[in-house]
Amino acid sequence: MRAAIKFLSAGYAAAIYAFIFLPVIVLVVFSLQSTAFPIPPFTGPSLRWYKAVLGDARLTSALANSLLVAALSSFIAAALGFLAAWGFARFTLPGSALLRGLITLPLTVSYLIIGMGLLVLFNWAGLPKSLTAAGIGHVVINLPLCFAIIYSQMGDHQINIERAARDLGAREWQVLTMVTLPIMWPAIFASLFLSMTFSWDEFVISFLLTRFDTTLPVEIWNLLRSGLNPKTNAVGSMVFGVSVLLAIAFELILLRRKPA
Amino acid sequence: MDRALPWALVGPALLWTVAFFVLPFLAMGLLSLTSQDGGGLTFANYAQFFTDPSYYRALTNSLEVTALVTVISILLAYPFAWILAEQVPERWQRLALLLAVLPFWTSYVVRSYSWLLVLAEQGVINDALTGVGLVAEPVQLANTRTATIIGFVHFFVMLLTLTIFASLKQLSPSYRKAAADLGASPLRVFVHVILPLTLPGIMVGAFLTFVLAIGDYITPQILGGNNELLMPQLIMMQIGRRGDFPLASALSLILMAVVTVAYIACARWLKIERA
Amino acid sequence: MSEALVEVRNVSHRFGATEVLADVSLSIAPGSYTVLLGPSGSGKTTLLSILGGFLVPSKGKVFIRGEDCTALPPAKRPTTTVFQDYALFPHMSVGGNVGFGLRMRRVARDERDRLAREVLAIVGLPEAFGRRPHQLSGGQRQRVALARALAVEPAVLLLDEPLGALDLKLRRQMQDELKAIQQRVGTAFIHVTHDQEEAMALANHCVVLNRGRIEDEGPPERIYLRPTSRFSATFMGESTIMPTADAWLAIRPEHLRLSREPGTTRLGEARVTAVVFQGGFKRVTAEATDGQAFIAKVPAETNVAPGDKVAPSCRAEDMIHLER
Repeated sequence: MRAAIKFLSAGYAAAIYAFIFLPVIVLVVFSLQSTAFPIPPFTGPSLRWYKAVLGDARLTSALANSLLVAALSSFIAAALGFLAAWGFARFTLPGSALLRGLITLPLTVSYLIIGMGLLVLFNWAGLPKSLTAAGIGHVVINLPLCFAIIYSQMGDHQINIERAARDLGAREWQVLTMVTLPIMWPAIFASLFLSMTFSWDEFVISFLLTRFDTTLPVEIWNLLRSGLNPKTNAVGSMVFGVSVLLAIAFELILLRRKPA
Repeated sequence: MDRALPWALVGPALLWTVAFFVLPFLAMGLLSLTSQDGGGLTFANYAQFFTDPSYYRALTNSLEVTALVTVISILLAYPFAWILAEQVPERWQRLALLLAVLPFWTSYVVRSYSWLLVLAEQGVINDALTGVGLVAEPVQLANTRTATIIGFVHFFVMLLTLTIFASLKQLSPSYRKAAADLGASPLRVFVHVILPLTLPGIMVGAFLTFVLAIGDYITPQILGGNNELLMPQLIMMQIGRRGDFPLASALSLILMAVVTVAYIACARWLKIERA
Repeated sequence: MSEALVEVRNVSHRFGATEVLADVSLSIAPGSYTVLLGPSGSGKTTLLSILGGFLVPSKGKVFIRGEDCTALPPAKRPTTTVFQDYALFPHMSVGGNVGFGLRMRRVARDERDRLAREVLAIVGLPEAFGRRPHQLSGGQRQRVALARALAVEPAVLLLDEPLGALDLKLRRQMQDELKAIQQRVGTAFIHVTHDQEEAMALANHCVVLNRGRIEDEGPPERIYLRPTSRFSATFMGESTIMPTADAWLAIRPEHLRLSREPGTTRLGEARVTAVVFQGGFKRVTAEATDGQAFIAKVPAETNVAPGDKVAPSCRAEDMIHLER
């Protein structure tokens, strides 16, 4: 009986894994297509489409834009989130619970609606579509996340460490930068990493709030207008590859911290 | 202690949230009560939605699709999560999970495009079906509701696997032992103890699935085509072609309301006391 | 001689390369209260798991009511276990928990509830039926766990350090209650603990385990007054251990006087190193010049302070001879 369950389990798991990997495998395989259509039969391998991607100025600038927006918006979100988390955790403020709820509220709202709201607001205020506008939207979606993560890690056990620092003469900003910041480093790093991940891959807000200079997901979307194209496969596979490398790097950094 | 300091700390985050989250909502609310054709405050946009079938059908489509996606994803994910938590040896579990999550490191847009490739008329699946001789002609898979559902299920099976897996892992082994000790067969242990205690994990995943799926534009647009519109597509249509911001605002707020109702309905499931 | 309810025959068990139980044999009489006493790593919990069916021993057999139960899973054995963390099902009421085993035996709902209430009354929680585990205190949860295990009327009730999570006062109270419940219900209890006071309070059959072997076995009084090994002399209560030519001598602290009295033998000379006031008595430790350590319990009014010179003595019949 147990053997039967093991056999069925292995079969089921294999089927699910196959389902999960199917699109990615097709994506990567046909990115190496040598002819113009990313459909069977496979006529590769060829790197012509990767060369096409690297030679496409729109794509490469979109990539740079994505990195810029991701980095800046994540930094701002993490900074605001950290300061707010410290403020709420270390001081008693009136209506603290409500205010904290307000900051985390955007987590429950669909990106489409956040993007729509900002579009309406900017339209009314006469602000043009731009990368900055998209960046602002990315801060809106990532700030609650950074705040929640960092706040949850600001336990009471750190209060005494900070008290000791004050006791020894440190001023507030010194306590913040020389004691709290280093201790909170893992949480800050995690929220930065997550924010960059979400911002990097984010489509709807970027789509609504940018025009000419745009981010990579939007540019890929534009590529889709030309139908099934191995170039799209190539850029998609590259994005995938970079993401995997970053994930491995993150794991290694995490593993190296173990002796802490 | 400087009285202003705490406010200086939390101020920026609060201001940002108010300026770029609360204010947009108010703006949308106000705009939704106006009409593209001018005039004063009116409920015309909302009226149009609730009376014109080609509009409210988008919501019913969304609800149907989302419900199907949620149910199918749960049914597929639970056994998978169970296998990962129970059958896979402990030291391989993390790797197994990582492997399951890995394909989702592709960009969301790219992933939907990949499914389009797979489901296209000359795509891999049709190629295999006709090649093996199961069908004579390629089957219309892309640009259908089915394609949208497949695209969604692909993602949410992964999400639900994670939440259910977490739920299974944090279950104390003592519960299982106690139930077995009192005479329960493995099946009954599952039905009476494991399933009820992992229900919160299922509900959290189901809720996330609902919220994320119903607000998603990319998957239905790429895979479902324009034959059947879901709410996000309807909203985007108002901005793109017609430039009707007031109507788009109204539709967005209606979508928000639906999600809020779902949240309230699920709220009691998102807690259970431990003893 | 009545047939043993439980018989453990030459049970050994390994985890990987480590031998956790080495050739253990044991008999449990019906209606007895057996305590498996030992330090951590002694194998007592492993033995309990084997008795409960959660482990199949590498070697040896387990007989319950004359039947070979060695490989029988917990569900099919006439034993139930009270777990250390109680493992009360949080999604069921107290009544649901207590009736769970009956439900597995397809007892009808009304009958189930009636029996559950009965058992809850026995453990002293008659009004708890409709409540939820998270609403109860630690001591109350412990009783519910007990009630749940008793509800199916097992031949043997196994308890895995059930009182570990309770504070001292509550523990003492629960010890009294456990004893009373066991006598009322008549089921054989097998109780694992590392607390020798608990063992002495509860057991009429005490089994002292050390490193996978049984060091000593019998009524707690006998083990205390006449331990058969050096380990049980120092684990079960304290002792002063003195080497002789070919054996050990153990003397219990309450038998050790600090000065030579009529009828006692002098054991040497020592200097007091510490005096600890313990309410009803003082615990005095002293050391001789050759390093021999003495432990004595003297009446609280005794005048003694660190640094004093004392002459440890005891009666000949209080000297316990232990083999090397």
